Amino acid sequence: MADIVFESVERSFKQGGKEFLAVGGIDFRVKDREFVAIVGPSGCGKTTCLRMVAGLDMPSKGRVLVGGNEVKGPGPDRAVVFQQFALFPWKTVQQNIEFGLKSMSMSAAEKRDKTARLISLMGLEGYEQAYPHQLSGGMQQRVAIARAYVLEPQVLLMDEPFGALDAQTRVVMQEELVRLARKNPKTVLFITHAVEEAVYLADRVVVMSRRPGLIRDVIEIKPIREKEGWDSHSQIEDVMDLSSFVQLRSQIWKLLREQNLGVDH
Amino acid sequence: MTHNDSLNQSEFLLWTGLGLISFIGFWYLSVTLGFVPKQFLPAPHQVVLKFVQLLNEPFSGYTLFAHIASSFQRFVYGFILALVIGIPMGLIMALSKFANQIITPFFESIRFVAPIAWVPFAALWFGTGIGGPVLVIFMGAFPPVLINAYRGAIHVDNKYLEAAKMLGAGKFRLMTEVLFPAAIPSIIAGLRISAGLGWQSLVGAELIVASSGVGYMMVKGQASIQTDIVMSGMISIGLIGLLVDILLRQAEKLAVHYKEI
Repeated sequence: MADIVFESVERSFKQGGKEFLAVGGIDFRVKDREFVAIVGPSGCGKTTCLRMVAGLDMPSKGRVLVGGNEVKGPGPDRAVVFQQFALFPWKTVQQNIEFGLKSMSMSAAEKRDKTARLISLMGLEGYEQAYPHQLSGGMQQRVAIARAYVLEPQVLLMDEPFGALDAQTRVVMQEELVRLARKNPKTVLFITHAVEEAVYLADRVVVMSRRPGLIRDVIEIKPIREKEGWDSHSQIEDVMDLSSFVQLRSQIWKLLREQNLGVDH
Repeated sequence: MTHNDSLNQSEFLLWTGLGLISFIGFWYLSVTLGFVPKQFLPAPHQVVLKFVQLLNEPFSGYTLFAHIASSFQRFVYGFILALVIGIPMGLIMALSKFANQIITPFFESIRFVAPIAWVPFAALWFGTGIGGPVLVIFMGAFPPVLINAYRGAIHVDNKYLEAAKMLGAGKFRLMTEVLFPAAIPSIIAGLRISAGLGWQSLVGAELIVASSGVGYMMVKGQASIQTDIVMSGMISIGLIGLLVDILLRQAEKLAVHYKEI
């Protein structure tokens, strides 16, 4: 059981001597093996929410629980895929992917096998000994995802992981993530400001509003996705043409726009 | 290094060569024309002859090679000691506020004491043994190593530290696999300063607490008013210093084979 629970979570920051509330009172639960995407404009506190689950930031009030335990700090049970990849530039692809396994107690052969499996899964064969700067943005992001997946974390936290990619690469990565997520579901918290991406990937979409960051609405995607058979289409553009998809996308769009939040898309 | 392309490099060589030739020419003329008395300043060709002679014939017990070797050995010991203690200490200070607060006051006061000021203690504790010069060299080389390891480590992009923590790395792995590699450019810059200061302090130490080495040779040369010997010592010091610096720059190229992304 690895659910994520926000219990009246608040987070305030000091800015120029003044306290300001970045996240103001969030109560929410991501169910075990559920894929939840959070959308919202820049500055709505969505990244802060993810960082509090990761243990890289702490709530000022309330608490965050993962699998029933309060989050006290970062750990490999909650793997993060960062927007800026944060691959270690001085390590090869292989060394980057192995990094988290090194702290775990398992045989060297097992570590090698796991790494090799992820390298093949993410299509990184032949690049094991390359350094991150020798790879394209899309390849770097695959390494970042492999580095998180190899830990077999109960919870996967993704902070605009495709934000820095070009449109074509982004689509390929989204399709791959859908395949991974449906085949081997994990509890995923996915941050984005791209509405289509959220609808395509998630079981539920959380819409946040800004100043202070609050949950504006929660939209169920999964029942509609299953009823309309989205996953029978292997390509994202086919799904995006379906009327059920268009309808959900517009619904979320309106929620964002109603408050004149100025979304990027 | 973008401004150092091949065209500029030949120009660079031309101007450096011209500068060197005019310097030596000026030196030669001022001595041979009698502007400067010969006992105050030896002529350049005399220095070269003496340098070659010292390489072959022992002076104060050893040839110039042996003096250099004995100085260099002390230098290497002191320098490595500074590196082995300074780098981990700097990284620990960057990682732990607690360690930083304990070490900083001592360090901040000690680094203003000239390395040569440790000579009395070096003599007292080690006599003329190798420990004396090594201590003095260490005192010269240690502060820049520590400061640069620390500065390099506190400027490491926080995203790497967060990624490592998220991947379950403890303090030791943060130090060895994140802070250290990320700080290498800064550490090597520190080593280059250290090498300079260490090498300088060594010669100072040898003036007092040694019975071999380039510094010792220079004192003996001075005692017998042989300025050409003193000058040969200075040239050896300069050349070895340059060589060490070149080696360190190569080491940096080897160590930093990746690019930031």
